[in-house]
Formats: sequence, structure tokens, C-alpha cells
Amino acid sequence: MARLSMVEAINAALREKMAADDRVVILGEDVGVDGGVFRATVGLLDQFGPWRVIDTPLAENCIVGSAVGMAISGLRPVAEIQFEGFMFKGFDHIYSHASRMLRRSQGVYNVPLVVRAPYGAGVRALEHHSDAPEALFCHVPGLKVVIPSTPYDAKGLLISSIEDPDPVIFLEPKRLYRLFKEEVPDGEYRVPLGEARIVREGNDLSIITYGGMVSVCERAAQHLSEEGVDVEIVDLRTVWPFDAEAITSSVSKTGRATIVHEAPRSFGVGAEIAATIAERCLLSLLAPIKRVTGYDVIPPLAKLEEYNYPTADRVIRAVHETMQF
Amino acid sequence: MDVNKMKEMIGFMDPEGRVDEEVFKGIPEELIHRMYRLMIFTRLCNNKALSLQRQGRVGTLASVRGQEAANVGVGLAMEPGDWFLPSFREYGAQFARGVKAIDLFTYWSGDERGIKPPENSRVLPICITVGSHLCHAVGIAMQARIRDEKIAVLSSSGDGSTSQGDFHEALNFAAVYKLPVVFAIQNNGWAISVPFGKQTATETISQKAAAYDIDGARVDGNDVFAVYLTVKRLLDAARNDHRPALIELVTYRMDDHTTADDASRYRKREEVEAWIEKDPIDRLRKFLSRKYGWDEKKEEELQAALTQEVEETVAAFEAESPPEPTDIFNYMYSEEPWHIREQRDEVKRTVGESSR
Ligand SMILES: Cc1ncc(C[n+]2csc(CCOP(=O)(O)OP(=O)(O)O)c2C)c(N)n1
Ligand SMILES: [Mg+2]
Repeated sequence: MARLSMVEAINAALREKMAADDRVVILGEDVGVDGGVFRATVGLLDQFGPWRVIDTPLAENCIVGSAVGMAISGLRPVAEIQFEGFMFKGFDHIYSHASRMLRRSQGVYNVPLVVRAPYGAGVRALEHHSDAPEALFCHVPGLKVVIPSTPYDAKGLLISSIEDPDPVIFLEPKRLYRLFKEEVPDGEYRVPLGEARIVREGNDLSIITYGGMVSVCERAAQHLSEEGVDVEIVDLRTVWPFDAEAITSSVSKTGRATIVHEAPRSFGVGAEIAATIAERCLLSLLAPIKRVTGYDVIPPLAKLEEYNYPTADRVIRAVHETMQF
Repeated sequence: MDVNKMKEMIGFMDPEGRVDEEVFKGIPEELIHRMYRLMIFTRLCNNKALSLQRQGRVGTLASVRGQEAANVGVGLAMEPGDWFLPSFREYGAQFARGVKAIDLFTYWSGDERGIKPPENSRVLPICITVGSHLCHAVGIAMQARIRDEKIAVLSSSGDGSTSQGDFHEALNFAAVYKLPVVFAIQNNGWAISVPFGKQTATETISQKAAAYDIDGARVDGNDVFAVYLTVKRLLDAARNDHRPALIELVTYRMDDHTTADDASRYRKREEVEAWIEKDPIDRLRKFLSRKYGWDEKKEEELQAALTQEVEETVAAFEAESPPEPTDIFNYMYSEEPWHIREQRDEVKRTVGESSR
């Protein structure tokens, strides 16, 4: 047991899986000698050598494409894309190949591939370094999409993702990389894909969220509890296929739902969550569902970032409106 | 790296079927008969599929007529342990690697069960998105280096694929990591309506190898011996010495791009006719009669036997039971998640299983 930040927990997951399974290889830009621009892969080159921790030429398309080939032929590649804004150069291989090869080979070739990328806003970054594109990946049949919110979950989810027989998009909220540390067990443990976590129990309203928004919602819930509003927080962890059971049982209990994500609102993950609630437990709703999300805009640069990135204040306001309905 | 050498056309057999005896010694007679048989079988299957398409019994397909030597030469040059990544106009090479003709008919008829590669064949499903599989070939070749496996990987794609970023990234990766991979390019002169001269400004495709510092070769793609021997040589170098290579097979697409295309809109009949004169099957037949006394009787017997085989294949294909509606959910994930299960149940409820 050690107190680790999220990026350290990710490093630990990679190190332990690589030690346990020599099919696991890492490839990406600056992942070797440099240890990754966020240091997620630091020390791994020394331990596992240049054929397991592969510094690649600067070409995301072929990073993902070659990782698909590795996965087809029996390896368990973990491809790192340096920032989520550059995933699109590799999107073709994710969309057209990684997600389809099992189907296109009628079960002969599965693709046990993990594509990792630092994700999301909140760190006053450059253009193309603050995006939240998870819905694009969720919309691709055949993919799984995972976004952790804590160091403990990051390690357990990454281990599960590497062991998964199918492609997983693993998005790491970069704001959380070093935001806090927590106790993370040594050795392998798994947080199963597809299982949400109840971050806090409550009876008045369910907040459904994931990733960088979980700590924002926790702050809001703390404040609301002081006002006497008892909020439950559901952290999806696996954004798709999400834990529909956890969502519906929470909303059936509380009768109110607020969905929080930093990604743009329209056609976002929140829309799918809202539809799921409407389909499964509409009659238990006491108020309309609200979404607190990034707006349908290009992620703004530092000076305006806070107006787009959902804050605890925005979450509190939405909860107030829902409670007063 | 001698770019001029990369541009030279390698050929061992002239259009009259005369061969360079020295080079040709490397090919046993039995293999030559196998090549001939496979080339004819490929054409017969292809032509049968075209006629079934006209009758509406199969859907759109891409004719390989004219490229049989480039196909079969590549297919037979690989070892069973080598990986093969074909594009969509590679039937001869697929047959050489154990893909069953019936599967192609099944696939062309719109039934995905036909795309399943034979188990343990190291053959991938055809790649429809032009050029993508060159990157996959790189990954498989990296896997071979990582696990120190003595195999080679071969991707095959058209002249059009050389304009894709995938092509350039794949060659670059292959060169940087010294990968056991051969990129075979079927230069059939056209990418739908775009002639080779508008696809690239370079005189040849093979010379592009120089930019990445890998081996490059240009071969008369209608000369099955030149294709076979050159691909084999490059595969050996890839397998044994980790030398990646680019090989251009100069050939011609004799038919429309696909059955949905009309090539008369963009190319002249004379051009097609000139290439029909260089038919790769005729060339090998001339060689066979020159060298092994192949005569009309033998030819008729072979044609009859292979036609029979194609007819039996088509009969078996037409006797296949249709796919189940719920098959659309198969193989979406290795383990079916709840949403796919729910949707499968919905189709079961609303459409039901077929009556059989
Ligand atoms: C990425 C991509 N873009 C466009 C197409 C549509 N398309 C199918 S085949 C083709 C031409 C391919 O030409 P070439 O690579 O020379 O192969 P050939 O058809 O001549 O065998 C095009 C444009 C495609 N399949 N994939
Ligand atoms: Mg072409």
C-alpha cells in the first residue's frame, strides 16, 4: 500500500501488467526515454527494454494502426496518444478497424487493445489539449470507454482494460493526474469494467457523473448537505457500456437526476443517460432531468475556461432548481 | 540505395512465354502447374461471380481479371507461417493462402459469414478502407520482432493506396524498426477513374522506397515467375535479415473497377485491348507449351475440371441457409454486454428466428 497520485497509479498498473504478462507492450510518442510527457510511463523503458516500451515516430495513425496489428497477432498493446486532441489522426483505425476486426473476422481475430490518452480541461492548456471527446468513442459499436476519477480506480480499471479481450479507450482526466493522492494497493487488483461506483449515498437527488467531474460534484454535494439536501453520486467509471442498473436503481430511489460531464452537451453521454432514465424509470421522476455540462463550444483557452468547465456552483444551482421544481 | 535500380522493371518471361533459363531454374515444374491452375481457377471464379452479379445472385464485386499473375505469384511466395493482409482485389492470393472460393461467393452475396478467414491461417479479412492494412502489417511485423519470431508479413494493396498517409507512415515505421514486412503494390494503372499518372508524380511506385531507405523493386506483374521469385526473395530478406521492402507489380485491371462502375467513362478501349494482348494467363500457357508440350487437349481437360469445381462451389454456395437476423449482433464484443443482449432480444421478439 502506498499513497499514489493518479498518474503514479497508472504507472503502477502498467508496470505490474508488463511484469506479469509479456504480451503487454507500450507504444507512443515520447513514452520511452522521456517516460511520457505526463510521466505515466516513467521507468518502464529501463525495466522492460525498447521492444516493450516503444518510442514511435510522430504519427498517431500508425501508432493506433500498428497497435491493431499487434493485438490481432497476440500482443496486448497499450498505445498512448499524447493528448486527446490528437486521437483523431488515429480515429480511423479505432473506428474502422479496432472496433470491427472481431466482427469482420467472424470471431477469428479479437483486438485486445488499450488506447490511453490524457483527457479533458481544467489545466489551462493549449488549444487541442482540453477536449472531452468521449461521446465520439461511445458512439462506435464495438468499443468500451473508461474514464477513472481516482488513483485507486485508475489502476484497477487500467488493469481490467489491459486484460479485456476487446478494444478499450482509456481517457485519463489530466486535471486529476496530480490533484490528490490516495492509498493504492500494491500488486494487481481489478475494478471491473461496466460497474459504477456509488461515491456517496443520498436520498433526495442522484448526480450521475464520471472523470474529472466527480470531485466537483463531491464538493457540491458537501455544500448541499449542509443545506439539508441529501445527494447521491454515481460515478460511472466505465462510460460505455455504462452501468444502467446503477443509474436506474439510484434514480428510482431518489426520484431526481442531474447529469454532469465536462464534454459538450448536445449528443453527449448525458443524453444517453437521460434516455436510459426515461426508458427505464420515468415514472419515478419527481422533476425533469437536468444536465450540467460543457457548452457546445470549442474548449476555451485559460481566461474563459472556468465558464465552460462545470463548477460546483453550477452543479449546486442545477440541484436547487431540480429540488424546487 | 540506387533509385535507378529500383525503377528498373524486373521480368523473366516475355509476352511469348520465353524465359530467362538461368532465373527460371529456381521454380519446380509442379509449382508452375500449380500457378497455372490457380490463375485459371481465379479467373473462372471471377467470371462466374460477374455473371451471377448480372443475374442479381450476388452483389457488387471487384473483378481481378488481368491481375492473376500478380495475385497468385504473391500468394504462393509466402510461407505458411507468414501473415497475409489482402485488400479487396486479391482472390488469387487468398486462394493460394487457403481461403475457400465458396466463402468469396458467400461474402459477395452480402453474407458476412463469408469474410471469416480460415482459422490459424494468418490471413486477415480483406481490407476495404484503402491502405489501412499497411499499418496493421507493421504492427504484426513489430510483434514478430518483439517475440523474435522468424516470419514475414505481407500486405497487398493497389496503386491508389500509395497516396494514403497509412502507406507513408507504414513504410517509415517499417524502416525505423527494421521490420520483416513486404508491402506489395498491385499497380493496375487505375484507382477507379484516376490513372496512375494522376495518383502520383513519381515515375514508379518502387522508387518511393528510397525515401524511407528500404528495399524497392519493380516487377512485370503479368510475369508470374518474376512476381513469385522477387516477392520470395524479398520475403526471405525480411524474414532472415529484417529488411522491409516495397514491391511494385505492374499489371492491369482489365474490367470495370467494380460491377457498379463503367470504365468506358474514363478510359479508352484501345488501352484495355493492348493490355488484353499481355494477358498473364496466355503468357504462362505459351510458356507451358514451349517448355512442357502443353497442348489443347490438356488445356481443355484442365478448363473442364476447374469449371466443374467452380460450378460445384456455386451450387454449394446457393444451397447455404440464410443467416439469422440476430447474427447482426454476433462478434460485436468477445463477451456480450447488456445493451447488445437487449437489442438481440428485441430482434428476436420482433422478427423472430427464421422458420428453418
Ligand atoms: C479510404 C478509402 N477511400 C476511398 C475508398 C473508395 N474506393 C474503393 S476502391 C478505390 C480505388 C482503389 O484504387 P487502388 O488502390 O489502385 O486499387 P484497385 O481498385 O485498383 O485495385 C476507391 C477510391 C475506399 N474504399 N477507401
Ligand atoms: Mg489500382
